[in-house]
Amino acid sequence: MSVNEEVFSKVQSALVDALGVDEEDVTPSATMVGDLGAESIDFLDIVFKLEKAFGIKIQTEDLFPKDILTEGSYVNDGKVNANGLAELKKRMPWADLNKFESNPRVQDFGDVLTVSDLCRYVQAKLS
Amino acid sequence: MRWFWIDRFVEFVRDSHARTIKNVCFGEEPLDEYSHSLPHFPHSLMIEGMAQTGGLLVSEPEGFVRKTVLAKVSKATFYRTVGPGDRIELKAVLQDKQPSGAIVFGTITVDGEPVADLELSFAFLDESFGSSALFPPEDLLRTLRILRFYEVAVDKDGNKIDPPPHMLEAERNAAQVLRQAARS
Repeated sequence: MSVNEEVFSKVQSALVDALGVDEEDVTPSATMVGDLGAESIDFLDIVFKLEKAFGIKIQTEDLFPKDILTEGSYVNDGKVNANGLAELKKRMPWADLNKFESNPRVQDFGDVLTVSDLCRYVQAKLS
Repeated sequence: MRWFWIDRFVEFVRDSHARTIKNVCFGEEPLDEYSHSLPHFPHSLMIEGMAQTGGLLVSEPEGFVRKTVLAKVSKATFYRTVGPGDRIELKAVLQDKQPSGAIVFGTITVDGEPVADLELSFAFLDESFGSSALFPPEDLLRTLRILRFYEVAVDKDGNKIDPPPHMLEAERNAAQVLRQAARS
């Protein structure tokens, strides 16, 4: 799914507002945690700002599926197993999980989400 | 010194909004050292007062059992200072509540004049932060009574809110311990 320009613009504004970053830093490929410095509590703020901007209802668990990442049957030795990856793909079809899949360490999941992923999530909600 | 930066609740509607007041006194400690030439109530303590108002607003519906902490001050715009003799009025309005936390918008006024606009995020801590309450329930209940919380607290239908049973039980138990200590 390609990213709609209007959606990107609103997501960009929400991230600038929530994270205090510069507009030019919010590129489609920027990762939320690694590049934009989002911390866990920022996701609540981001969700709230996206809800307001798009008139949609979002559960923070949609963006950070803590239940999968902490469930014993989905995680072995700190890595998400095949069942867990399948569940993540099912739950997050809008996210590009290819890079994470190559070394699916739970501790790295926080840096999976990119601005593009967020835009595709919003687009999926809107449709 | 008590770490309370609100004096009294004047309105509380569950899952909606809360209003508190804080009277600023020339004799209180924060005004002594903060700015000698212009004694005024520190903005940071007004933010804390709003955090206390908003924190109680977001944690009341579950009987204050969730560990609720101020996680982020997303916005704090101040328009003027507040000095001795002023009565600060704080209004916290719940904007969003999720399993992980809540967002509250706050406005602060003195005599109807804008003092500050705030946006605060609260986090609900999970069990990894321990199972014990942040405040002993009997202490929190005593504080809520002092703040006259239960004199004004209502739900969205206007029904009076009473203290949750676990806090009343903790209060009874604490009183029993005190009575036994007084006898011995």
